Order: sequence, then structure tokens, then C-alpha cells
Amino acid sequence: MTPNNAIEIRGVSKFYGYGEHRVAAVSGANLAIRQNEFFTLLGPSGCGKTTLLRLIAGFEFPQEGELLLYGENIAAMPPYRRPVNTVFQSYALFPHMTVADNIGFGLKMLGKPAAEVDARVAEMLKLVRMEQYAKRQTSQLSGGQQQRVALARALAPAPKVLLLDEPLSALDYKLRKEMQIELKRLQTETGITFVFVTHDQEEALTMSDRIAVMSSGNILQVGGPRDIYDTPANRFVADFIGETNFLKGRITAIENGTASLELPAGTKLSAPSPESAKSGDEITVMVRPEHARLTSAARGEEPILSGSLANITYLGTDTYFNIKLADGEAFTIRQQNRPGEQDTHNVGDTIGITFPPSAIRVLRA
Amino acid sequence: MTPQQQIIDDEAKRDIRNRWLLSAPALVIVLLAATGPLLVVLVYSFLTAGPYGDVIWKGSTDGWVSVLLQRDIFDDTLSFADAHLSIFLRSLRLSVLTTILALVLGFPTAYFIATRPQRTRELWVFLITIPFWTNLLIRTFAMLEILRNQGLVNTLLIQLGVISSPIQMLFTDGAILAGMVYVYLPLMVLPLYASMEKLDFRLVEAGYDLYATPFQVLRKIIIPLVKPGMIAGSILVFIPSLGAYVTPSVLGGGKNMMLGNLIELQFGQGRNWPLGSAISITLMLIVMVALLFYVRNAGSGERSHG
Repeated sequence: MTPNNAIEIRGVSKFYGYGEHRVAAVSGANLAIRQNEFFTLLGPSGCGKTTLLRLIAGFEFPQEGELLLYGENIAAMPPYRRPVNTVFQSYALFPHMTVADNIGFGLKMLGKPAAEVDARVAEMLKLVRMEQYAKRQTSQLSGGQQQRVALARALAPAPKVLLLDEPLSALDYKLRKEMQIELKRLQTETGITFVFVTHDQEEALTMSDRIAVMSSGNILQVGGPRDIYDTPANRFVADFIGETNFLKGRITAIENGTASLELPAGTKLSAPSPESAKSGDEITVMVRPEHARLTSAARGEEPILSGSLANITYLGTDTYFNIKLADGEAFTIRQQNRPGEQDTHNVGDTIGITFPPSAIRVLRA
Repeated sequence: MTPQQQIIDDEAKRDIRNRWLLSAPALVIVLLAATGPLLVVLVYSFLTAGPYGDVIWKGSTDGWVSVLLQRDIFDDTLSFADAHLSIFLRSLRLSVLTTILALVLGFPTAYFIATRPQRTRELWVFLITIPFWTNLLIRTFAMLEILRNQGLVNTLLIQLGVISSPIQMLFTDGAILAGMVYVYLPLMVLPLYASMEKLDFRLVEAGYDLYATPFQVLRKIIIPLVKPGMIAGSILVFIPSLGAYVTPSVLGGGKNMMLGNLIELQFGQGRNWPLGSAISITLMLIVMVALLFYVRNAGSGERSHG
């Protein structure tokens, strides 16, 4: 055990159902969440991220494995003894209490004296900028305000770890953006370890120090936002985080860790080889849409791939070009729009695609 | 007033008249069926008792005086009617106890049902309503069969060697209480379940998350939120308990009377209709006062919670 880990999950499994209907919501998860880290569990719905969070909170108990909070195994500890607090997706504010009573609830249950509770509630209201709402009923608040109260309530007892279960999913786009910044600020100001669950990859990338990508109960990759985006561990992670073009290919040779690749159309590329790959392996080549570009004849560029333009989507900041390659596969290019530049391409045109060698990632098929 | 306004005004008047006309049948039924008999009872309570029952149309307050006082047959002095008072007190005590017991038993039952999966919940509610399919009298006699000296409980206890001779359970207040709790329990469970079903169990999780022990979650979160169901259930159990007739007369054996039996007695063997009417109205007043008190207290509790 390293002392700077807030949470350590060792071989934790959680199953639902019995016998042949038994399904693993989380299977054999291993994870270390560092102290004072903004850690995100990211994955599609049903991937087990919420179950993992509920296991940490104590609403569910694992059938296998150990759950360490600052080195102490809490796997069988009831939720009301765990020094962790949760911000629920539905906020779960107590409808029969005022804003102040909601925020003070945890401290009261811990048996803190009234004066201390009041002081802490005032401090929390200030932290989430809701001072003037202390005496309001929770039903009189907007979604964003309820969100802030839920945050203040969970932060008030100064938990060792704060768990957030998709807290921003019910907010509209603008408010969500604001709250993302707000959450990041609260995390920095309080210095509490945040474990954040989301299915929104953009949210995960913008806020997290580190991300764990999950799928069907397994943790596929843990790393910083850049690592996960630039060097995804496998096809699922590459596909789930951002947009990606996948091209089928084969390794023809490996030399000094660099693989020579051949695509079905005959195109030859070279890129860093994945571990334990060998010559003759079928692989997948990944290129992010924003890393590729349409070739311009004026600059005398040789296309790496070519195809016919199937669709052009103007997005304001960028333009998407959907291209049908010669072998029938689809390829997308995302190109930034610059002032004074007029796009001269038309649907149906035959066009060339190019990308720098550094844009290529080789994934095991 | 412009002609246009006149038209609108006429239209509104006709609309109001039509509403009254359309609701007239319902209003007549409500007036005749609900208020009518009550008025008859009220009038009878101020008349003189006839020698063979019925009433003589001569004003008298004897009925009301006899509710709590009795006239000595020899010297015409008034003294306190201990018998009536003890029946009033027994009725109140047994009704309050019935309500409390039904709440204590009904609360976990309703909570159990509300926390089952959707499909099983319907089955449990269905099972709760099964006693309603059988006549009250038959259910009460079944209770008698269980409680009597040679009944189920005593036989079992004797065979097990716990006791050597049967315990007298029948014809006691305890028997009446057991019978009333049994009969009125579904009336407590159903409204409680209705409000527990609406309870957001994520609030319970939030309570646990914020260091509340299971008991504190029950006291600070579940009870305040299902209070409307608790009030509704208590009212539904308390009112019929106070006026219960069949259960005390079968299980109390006519000795341990409750208000319902006292009223029946005045209209039957007692041949004192004005007194019966006066007791009926007194019973109604007790119920109203108790309800006002209860609802106000429970309601203010709700407000102070926020």
C-alpha cells in the first residue's frame, strides 16, 4: 500500500442475480485513486462505473476483493460509517428540509454541536455562492441551484473522498459548462479527492486529472486525459473517446519497434509497433479526424488515401468531410475553418487524404 | 355596458345556472343521504322517550342529561353515570391503542411491500386486501375461535405444556383490542403503502451517506416523508374503532361494552332513543375534536420540519 492513495480497489467483483442469470456489474477491478486527485470513471451506460462508485459509497457490497480507504479495508463497512460523501445524479435533496438543514444534515448526524454546524453551513453556502438561499425550500430552487446545494451538503462533513454520480447530466449545456469549472474550482479549493462518474467523454477530458475507461464491468485503461486520447489502449477506448477513423491493415515487418504496415489498398505506412506484435499480424490503424487533412494540389501534396467526398457538414468552427474510400470504408476529416478561406469542394469530388506519420496509432485488431 | 359585454355577461350567468342544474341530483342525494339522517338524530336527541321505544314529540333535554348523569328513581337527584363514563373511556382507550398497534404493525408491513420489486408488490397488496372479501362477522367469529378457552391458542399452549389450564382471553379488553387490530390493520397498511411507494429511496441512501444510522434515517427521513400516509391510516383506523360494534359485542361478550354497543342498547332493550341519539352525536363530536387535534398537531410538525 502506498500512503498517498486515497482509494485502492483490489480485485473487486460485484455480481447481480443468481445461477445462470448471474451478471458481473464489476469484475475483478483493480484501481488506485491518488490523494487530492480529480479522478473520473468513464464509460457507456451499463459499463459498471456507477456500481463501482456505489461500492465505494457503501450502498452495495462486493462479493470479492478488497476496498481500501487510506489503507483501511472498508469493503464491509456500512455507508454511514464511511468518511465519504456522495453527490447523487438526482441530487436527492431532502424535500422536507430547508437548504441550510440539508447542508447541515451530515454534521448533525455526526453529533457536532449546533454552533459548529451553523458555522460550517454558512461556510458551505458561501463556497457554492448560495448564501441568500439558506432558508429556502429545496423545491423552490432551479436545477443548477439544487446541484450546488447537493455539492455543499456532500462537502460539509469534509469527507476524505467525494463521490459524484453523473451530477451534471440533468443540466443544460451552458449550465453544465459553468458547473464543470465550478467543480474543478471546488476540488482545488477543498483539496478533497473527487471520484466523478460520467458517460460524457468531453466532460471527463476537461475536468479530470486521471480517467479510468470502463466497459462491461472491466477497467480498460487508466491514464491522464492526453494519454487516453492520444494513445488509447484498444479499439474500444479509441472509439469511445473522441472520434476516430479505423483502417484495417497488416504488419509486414518490425524493426527497432517501428512497424511497417500495409493497408488493403496497397498503401504503405510506418508507425510505432504495439507491444508483442509480430510480422504478419492483422491490426487496426487509427487516425483522429482532426489530424488528417485534404490534400491540396497547389502545394503539390501526395495523398496517402483517396476517395470520393460523400458529405460536407459545416459546424461553425470546423467543417466535417465524410469520405468514402476506394475500398468502401468511411473516413472523416475535421478541418478548422479559417477566415477568408472558402471551401471549394463539392460532394462527389474525388479527393486525396493526408496525415503526418505521428498521427498514426496502431491498435491490435 | 356595451351590447357585447351584455352578451358575455348573460353567457356567464347561464353557465353558472347550468352548473347548478347539472349538479342538482348529486346535491340532493348528498343532502338527503348525509345530512338528513343526521338531522333526524339531532332532533330525536331533544325529544322525550316513548315507553316502548320510539319518541314522543315533546321537547326534552333528558336524553342529553343522561349521557353522563343519571336520575335517581326515588328522589330525582342527579348523580354521575359511572357506567357511561367508563364506556366512553374504554372506547377512547381501546381506539387509541388499536390505532397505535395498527401503526406499529402496519408500518413495517407497508415498508416491506414498498421495497419489493414492482411485480411482487402488487401481489402483496392483493394479499393484504383478502380479509375484505369475507364478512366482518365471520372474521370476528374466527377470532373468537382462536381466543376462546378451548380455542387454538389455549389448546396449543396446553399441549406444549406452557400452561396447565386455559387463560381467559375471551371477553376481555385484550380480546377486543386484538380483534379490532386484526380487522382494521389493512386500513392502516394501504394508505401507508400508498405514500411509501412514492418515497424516493435515493433519499434513504442519501441519509446513510450523510452518516445517519438506520434508526436516524427512519426518524429524520422516512417518517417525515410518509407522515401523510400515517395520518390517513390513523384516521381510517381510529374512526371505525371508536364506533365499533360487532367486534366488542362478539369478543367482549356484552360485558365490556364500547360506545357502539351502548348506542345499540339504547335503541334496543334500553328503549331510550333520545339518549341513543345524544350518545351518537357525542361520539361524532369526539371523533371531530380528536381529528382536529391530531391533524393540527401532525400538520404543524410538518411545517416546523420545513
